[in-house]
Amino acid sequence: MSVRLPVKKTYKLFIGGAFPRSESGRTLELEGHNVARASRKDVRDAVVAARKGFADWSGATAYNRGQVLYRLAETMETRASALAAVCSGRREVARAVDRVVWYAGWADKLAQVLGSSNPVAGPYFNFTSPEPTGVVAVIAPDEPALDGLVARVVPAMVGGNAVVVVASEKHPLAAIELAESIATSDVPAGAFNVLTGLRAELAPVLAAHMDVNAIDVTGAGVDGDAAALEALAAENVKRVVRAREEQSPYEIESFLEMKTVWHPIGR
Amino acid sequence: MGAVEKQRTQLPARDGWEYAPAPESREIVSFKDRYGLFIGGKEVTPRSRSWFTSVSPSTEEPLAEVAQAGAKDVALAVDAARGAFADWSSWKPSERAKVLFRIARVLQERSRELAVAESLDGGKPIKESRDVDLPLAAAHFFYYAGWADKLEYAFPNRRPRPLGVAAQIVPWNFPLLMLAWKIAPALACGNTVVLKPAETTPLTAMLFADVCRQAEVPPGVVNIVTGDGSTGAHLVRNHGIDKVAFTGSTEVGKAIQRELAGRGIPLTLELGGKAANIVFEDSALDQAVEGIVNGIYFNQGHVCCAGSRLLVQESIHDQLVRKLKRRMATLRVGDPLDKNTDVGAINSKAQLERIEELVASGTEEGAEIYQPPCRLPEKGWWFVPTVFTNVAQSHRIAREEIFGPVLSVLTFRTPDEAVEKANNTMYGLSAGVWTEKGSRILWMADRLRAGVVWGNTFNRFDPSSPFGGYKESGFGREGGRHGLEAYLRFE
Amino acid sequence: MSQTLALPRSVELPGGGRLPRIGSVDAVALEARAAELAKRSIKRESKIYALELAIRMIDLTTLEGADTPGKIRALCAKAMHPDPEEPVPSVAAVCVYPSLVGVARRALDGSGVKVASVATAFPSGQASIDVKLADVRAAVEAGADEIDMVIDRGAFLSGRIGQVYEEVVAVKDACGDAHLKVILETGELGTYDAVRKASLVAIAGGADFIKTSTGKVTPAATLPVTLCMLEVIRDVYDETGLVIGMKPAGGIRTAKQAIQYLCVLHETLGGEWMTPDLFRFGASSLLNDVLLQLRKQRTGIYRSPDEFTLD
Repeated sequence: MSVRLPVKKTYKLFIGGAFPRSESGRTLELEGHNVARASRKDVRDAVVAARKGFADWSGATAYNRGQVLYRLAETMETRASALAAVCSGRREVARAVDRVVWYAGWADKLAQVLGSSNPVAGPYFNFTSPEPTGVVAVIAPDEPALDGLVARVVPAMVGGNAVVVVASEKHPLAAIELAESIATSDVPAGAFNVLTGLRAELAPVLAAHMDVNAIDVTGAGVDGDAAALEALAAENVKRVVRAREEQSPYEIESFLEMKTVWHPIGR
Repeated sequence: MGAVEKQRTQLPARDGWEYAPAPESREIVSFKDRYGLFIGGKEVTPRSRSWFTSVSPSTEEPLAEVAQAGAKDVALAVDAARGAFADWSSWKPSERAKVLFRIARVLQERSRELAVAESLDGGKPIKESRDVDLPLAAAHFFYYAGWADKLEYAFPNRRPRPLGVAAQIVPWNFPLLMLAWKIAPALACGNTVVLKPAETTPLTAMLFADVCRQAEVPPGVVNIVTGDGSTGAHLVRNHGIDKVAFTGSTEVGKAIQRELAGRGIPLTLELGGKAANIVFEDSALDQAVEGIVNGIYFNQGHVCCAGSRLLVQESIHDQLVRKLKRRMATLRVGDPLDKNTDVGAINSKAQLERIEELVASGTEEGAEIYQPPCRLPEKGWWFVPTVFTNVAQSHRIAREEIFGPVLSVLTFRTPDEAVEKANNTMYGLSAGVWTEKGSRILWMADRLRAGVVWGNTFNRFDPSSPFGGYKESGFGREGGRHGLEAYLRFE
Repeated sequence: MSQTLALPRSVELPGGGRLPRIGSVDAVALEARAAELAKRSIKRESKIYALELAIRMIDLTTLEGADTPGKIRALCAKAMHPDPEEPVPSVAAVCVYPSLVGVARRALDGSGVKVASVATAFPSGQASIDVKLADVRAAVEAGADEIDMVIDRGAFLSGRIGQVYEEVVAVKDACGDAHLKVILETGELGTYDAVRKASLVAIAGGADFIKTSTGKVTPAATLPVTLCMLEVIRDVYDETGLVIGMKPAGGIRTAKQAIQYLCVLHETLGGEWMTPDLFRFGASSLLNDVLLQLRKQRTGIYRSPDEFTLD
């Protein structure tokens, strides 16, 4: 009598729209699977991919970004059971999908809520509009495994940023499952990247990387780890971001720059 | 000079390339023989027992019968909307958002079918219904879906609440798009609606009822009552409505405003226009010509914000008019379903007669008419793209809205004079400014009394961009954060 | 003796014979107009007409370091008889380096297909004027019917417009009876305003044709840049009566694209310009795709690229 063996999934990194193994060839056994153990060179490659992905993603219209993120919600909805298996369950997946829908709807409204036309004292037209900062490193929170990550990544992406995630060491699979949803949702290659492995090995490299514009340390905890990352980030004046509200357009704003333009008004 | 002498000055004989017909297939859409009213999520027979036929203006063939809703029918629709309101307005806003996202997606999926239907029923070229009307309609639902659960950010420190039942009346020039402009924000804010499409273009609204079925819009949230002007009057007079939104002629807009006087019902109006398209001598000329052509011949000139007055700086008048006339001769007028058609049919016989009357007045009053050679189809209602030069501000063709493919050309000398002439009208919907000098665009924009100013472009629309008029072009804005205000009250 | 200053450059003088003003081009509107024209749906007999015209307008091109007499002879055979199985017209010309003009001339003898040669230190144009003129004369002596020169972009972009103009004049003189196409290398010029300006300078210097690109730089030909150049030609004809031709080159690989270019030409300059005398495609792989689409139009069946010869 034979029992059907399931086909076991191989969990690799997600860089530049593809799923490579670590260039170091190393793996870790986490959550019952072999998971790639990323190296500093993988970090380097991910940032290069993110810089390219940033050009494509920020070059899309806000409307297009909103549509793509809505499509991500559609994809996650249909993959709900796969996602539920790597986090606390269906309720968390539903919350995460709704969160993606919520943030998707902000893409074409940010300029109206966060930007302004400024009444300067002179014959000049003056306006301030938000722009994405560039490449954002995200240290994934351990809990909730899926929704916690979504709550940091989607606000960063909706404004046009590209993201490099250091996955949670406790729950890395949720990040890769999310990557698989993103990979099938018309998100340009490189706009989202995931590195699994040892946080202590990977996070400092990202925090010190001179071509990363911001780092979200919400998942780095409240101990000395986060402080060390902040110190490294100072080298190129990275924006250091921490979650302040559960869900808000100001979580998006943390990853945006404000550009103000002047132009004379005259015959 | 020797080099130039060796260059050629002989034009070869003209080649005879003609584009073959390139028809979009009609098979993708099938109309029922007859459509009832859409009330409470169901198709119902009108109590009035009265029907009329919607025809294709390009061939005069009948397309389908639709109901002529009477006062009782309208009352039933308003009741259904009222009945659905309690539940709909108590839904979690993020769940209301999902319904609107679904509508947007279904519109995208059925976009070709709806575009063909729109071109058949209304006469506009398939190129426009496919590439402008449908994408924008879907985009409006997408945009407003995103606001449904974010109203507290749109109006910080005020508590936004829905109004209730919104009565909405839309015109025949962009039937489905105007429906989207009305329904999307109304629903996003938690209201329910009774919408009356125009008499000559009810069919895409009937198909929209089916879109609502696919998107699982709760019964009674969207109700559609077809009919002529009397149906609209019944709707406005009904005392169960909480809001009126009207897009159409200034004359009817004023009648509605009178009717609502003293009733405490919020009103938004989007009425006619006589927009000035202002071209300075330093503009990018060939692109300005494209903007002028788009401004008045797009959608056969059936556009409230059409650039129907060309104000050209006198120093370039002759050169610009020459380029314009040459460009007009390449406009293809004909079968709306032909993918190469640029200008479609006039929407109705009545509208054609109005255009003809005004054009006759142009020549009578002394303006000079030009129409490029154009072979028009035998059946249907058509008007050749027309331009009048030598027009004075006092001519009827410079003051009255023609709502057809007819342009009046006037001149100006200085920016101040351009502003003066542009503002010298009871209307104030839109304006265009063409110059390569940025500061002048902003200076003109500051002074033009118009709700929408287009700089070096024309007829650009986006769901995030508020649209609406000054003066007798109406009040209220549709699109953008501002477009939400019409459908809310604040505690 | 008193001296009067000339009026500033942009002030128009009355009277004819003066080139149109440079002015500006709005990029967004230009690109939108080109995109609208690209949507034209050309079917049935009008598609066959366009495809056959496109073949007659091709300058079949090879400009590689690896070009040999054998390669040129194969190219010329293809140029004269593009489709061994169907009666299809010959192309307008072959376009080769000066060193291979002689081979092409002999291979094409009597066929009516012209020999076009690039010259003036193609593709970069970075050489002294003497070298560039010698290059032209060599091509003309070897028998070239047409010369495709490049303008000096270094001079243009550093504001030495007079030098650009004088080089065109000198090359035109060296061409003798050969007709002159001036390549602007639009992909290096940066803006449509610059393309318009370079077009006018080239025409002033004696160009018979203005041409977009060498094909060695991306972007090469595009629909908007072609529209921009055709609008210059239209303005020149209006103001001076001169009839100038146009050649988009590089990046035109499919029949669909070729038809889009013909729509842009047809609706900008009209029927009179729809002839190989005034419009050419600089292309190589385009030809087989046009042949494939033509056979598909005639038979109603989708074809395979294997059915057409690679020469």
